[in-house]
Amino acid sequence: MKRRTLIATSALALGLSALGGAAMAQDDPLKVGFIYIGPPGDFGWTYAHDQARLAAQEHFGDAVETSYVENVPEGPDAERILTQMALSGTDMIFATSFGYGPAVNAVAERFPDVAFEHATGYQQESPNVSLYNARFYEGRAVIGHIAGRMTETDTIGYIASFPIPEVIMGINSAYLHARAVNPDVRFRVVWAYSWFDPAQEAAAAEALIDQGADILMQHTDSTAPLQVAQDRGALAFGQASDMTEFAPDVHLTAIIDNWTPYYIERIQARLDGEWEAQNVWHGIPEDEVTFAPFNDRIPDDVQAEAEEMIESIRTGEYHPFTGPINRQDGSAWLEDGEVAPDSDLLGMNFYVEGMSGEIPE
Amino acid sequence: MLRLDKRPQPSKRWNWATPFLAVLLTMIAGGFLFMALGKDPFIAIKLIFWDPLFNPQVADYSRPQLLVKAGPLILIAVGLSVGFRAGIWNIGAEGQYIIGALCGAAVALAFWPAEGWYIFPLMVLAGAFGGWAWAMIPAILKTRFNTNEILVSLLLVYVAEKILAAMSVGLMRNPDGAGFPGSRNIAQYPAAANNELIADTGMHWGVVAAFIAVIFTYIMLHRHILGFQVQLAGQAPRAAKFAGVAPARLVVLCLGFSGAMAGLAGMFEVSGPARLVSIDFNAYYGFTAIIVAFLGRLHPVGIALAGLLMALTYIGGELAQFTLGLPSAAIQVFQGMLLFFLLAVDVLSNYRIRLKTHEAA
Amino acid sequence: MDFSSFNPMVLAAALMVAATPILLAAIGELVVERSGVLNLGVEGMMITGAVVGFTAAVTTGNPYLGMLAAMAGGAALSLIFGVLTQLLKANQVASGLALTLFGLGFSALLGQGYAGVVPPRTAKLDLGLLSDIPVLGPILFRHDPMVYVSVAIVVAVWFWLTYTRSGRILRAVGENHDAAHALGYRVLRVRILAIMFGGACAGMGGAYLSLIRVPQWTEGMTAGIGWIALALVVFASWRPVRAMLGAYLFGGILVLQLNLQAAGIRIPAEYLAMSPYLITILVLVIMSSGRARKSLAAPGSLGKPFHAAG
Repeated sequence: MKRRTLIATSALALGLSALGGAAMAQDDPLKVGFIYIGPPGDFGWTYAHDQARLAAQEHFGDAVETSYVENVPEGPDAERILTQMALSGTDMIFATSFGYGPAVNAVAERFPDVAFEHATGYQQESPNVSLYNARFYEGRAVIGHIAGRMTETDTIGYIASFPIPEVIMGINSAYLHARAVNPDVRFRVVWAYSWFDPAQEAAAAEALIDQGADILMQHTDSTAPLQVAQDRGALAFGQASDMTEFAPDVHLTAIIDNWTPYYIERIQARLDGEWEAQNVWHGIPEDEVTFAPFNDRIPDDVQAEAEEMIESIRTGEYHPFTGPINRQDGSAWLEDGEVAPDSDLLGMNFYVEGMSGEIPE
Repeated sequence: MLRLDKRPQPSKRWNWATPFLAVLLTMIAGGFLFMALGKDPFIAIKLIFWDPLFNPQVADYSRPQLLVKAGPLILIAVGLSVGFRAGIWNIGAEGQYIIGALCGAAVALAFWPAEGWYIFPLMVLAGAFGGWAWAMIPAILKTRFNTNEILVSLLLVYVAEKILAAMSVGLMRNPDGAGFPGSRNIAQYPAAANNELIADTGMHWGVVAAFIAVIFTYIMLHRHILGFQVQLAGQAPRAAKFAGVAPARLVVLCLGFSGAMAGLAGMFEVSGPARLVSIDFNAYYGFTAIIVAFLGRLHPVGIALAGLLMALTYIGGELAQFTLGLPSAAIQVFQGMLLFFLLAVDVLSNYRIRLKTHEAA
Repeated sequence: MDFSSFNPMVLAAALMVAATPILLAAIGELVVERSGVLNLGVEGMMITGAVVGFTAAVTTGNPYLGMLAAMAGGAALSLIFGVLTQLLKANQVASGLALTLFGLGFSALLGQGYAGVVPPRTAKLDLGLLSDIPVLGPILFRHDPMVYVSVAIVVAVWFWLTYTRSGRILRAVGENHDAAHALGYRVLRVRILAIMFGGACAGMGGAYLSLIRVPQWTEGMTAGIGWIALALVVFASWRPVRAMLGAYLFGGILVLQLNLQAAGIRIPAEYLAMSPYLITILVLVIMSSGRARKSLAAPGSLGKPFHAAG
């Protein structure tokens, strides 16, 4: 706990002077900072956030001035960069990776006038820390359904990054919905222990295909698995952005992270002076989770079913985790008709019944 | 043609002048780089070298942060420098850093939430032990089986990274963290926290340890028989043998010392600035420290200065990123150029440059 | 457990492809180290090759021109290292690490605007009848051309180092630069050429990733492969054919561990993920404690600066 009392803090947060010497006038734009875990050019997680930043900048024009720091490792560097951003008169900061949590909370405590938005986190220790997340599992349910209907070997390959709840939730959601339409379906999971390692992801994709998978899903950022699928005649789903171009024949669709509506809404609230900390988890209904255009290889009836599922999730009619669902060990998790509470999902560390293999601990 | 004549002794005057010359050359080359990227070169250079130290808006914060950033770099680099002088190549300080941090954190987490003065000292011991033990693997393989220490220490970094990932999602995961990866916040656990000793100075135990290591190493190298043996083994291995230096003992000592220093650095980071064990908590300090060690010409005081200079370019670089919108890649290139120039101008202290009249045979 | 799904033929084919970028970079670094120079900048040269090759291939529409450009790019970057360490006598370890830092940043700058671009495809080599041979066909004769190029380079380097005069000069320079200088060999010229060869090979390895294996350009896409290549040179005790075996061993364990995971074998995934590194260490320990110990010695002048007195 660093409880520094920075005398300069409050004066600076009022925006007395900007870094670089330029004096700040009364009608200066709202300064919005972003810190990214990767480069905007990663074509994955950070790319999606940066697209939303650019869209927000375009939307607000001169009223808002956005800036970002990329490739910020989680830990002490993040804390320092957040502090320096706050010291330099930034009014609102989006921290776009789970691991920034402790740093965001520590810095927020010292800068009560700066609004902090932390993606995919769970700690809110000050009233100026807001949390936002996306229900990617809704998207995984849809692609699970498509995969279950289309697989001929009854084997789906899944390239996972780290064994954390977010990833496990995605596997379970895809599996449940594949099994619902294909009781014989099996999931093969490979843990890459990395979010981004193209060479290893390619090798993992090959291994999965060699082990009988004819459809690949990934929770890693590179396009390498799609390329392997294209070469080997397997089908695959893209991740985070539309990756059709990389594998036009086999890219069925992709779950797209669309942060734009949320960013515009929150920056607007800050401009209007109505910003308040919240903890939201948006998804398909809010257009935060969207899909790349469906490939023609998905049969028309399957496309229609997928659209139907998307609509029922959008209207709130259907929740992808609706009971009865048992855990892998056979114990009951959700009763018939029971909908999974968010806290169960956010901390999910078990496979559902029917999944083979173990989650590494 | 120019000819180089080796000086019998490095020139004292050039020893002092060359770093400044290198910084000046980097400013010029970097200025062109920033200009090519469409930014004002003068503002960029000022942001990197001047503002972290003297800008009234941020300097109160960023000056102490120089110590925080440089502390672990110096601590690791000083440890490495002893082995490098003796020709023993520990390239895997990053792995020893991780294992030291894990051992230190393990002690803290085992005692949580007990209070007691003995907890932090135990963590220090555990951190040093962890790094030492991890370095003993290449040391023993080297002395017993003549296995190359570069390869073993380097490959063990990858093993340590996997252990870190497994620990943050498994054994060390915060039981109150709703299933999210990452350990308890050690910096919020008073008996184990490595906080600032004096508010707003950046001084924490890791920085203190770095200073002690600098002094200790200086005395050892210049006043102790071990220092003589190290120098001899590096410069004239055969003579060293005749002088009674046992190579195996030296390998164990040097690798053990550098491992213990790296382990300490990791332990001080994880309980202070980094706050907790998380999947990506290591920030390549172990590799950056190798550069710092050589920039400091393997001299303890030089290393301290080199560590501070590196820290300045990191902190200034971050400022330049979000105030000017420079990509982090440009800062990396800038740092690379600084290193190139620092290494290049060393030729002036070690050699006399003369005009050559005749082509030598 | 179901082992029937393990097809050794398929595994063998996959490991050759997985090992190729590592092998290309390793064989280049091997020549550099045999000349007595330790260049830790492999990762930086690989990523530079990856981006230069990618942009050139996209611009010209020809992946082979991209490959050539990548070699030129890697060699050009290595020349910075060559000038620093050979002409200005800078420390090799620090210069190599600085090269990696510089290369990672420089490549990211060069590649701005190329993220999300699809490069021209490289066709698999059609070896006609050969690829239809049972067993051997699928393992050996159904790859992209660069797999064969990498093997050819290994054989050529082995032949060159062992049987040619210039190869012997390179080894002499690496073993004892003072003696080589006394014999009238131009130590610095030999070393700078070796460094550039190393850069070209590393560049090719990087471009193999960005143009054939992945193919895509993203910052930091080599993800540490250059370091593995460096380790392999030591593993191979500076012998070309052993470098190839080492690369295939490493690639093989990598592919095997992913297959084991994919097959749902009950070994925890984190141990499997560590296995390529641990087994490489283990094999080296066994090799280095055996009878062949003497042949494992590093080149005598490795990492030492050379300055011709007088």
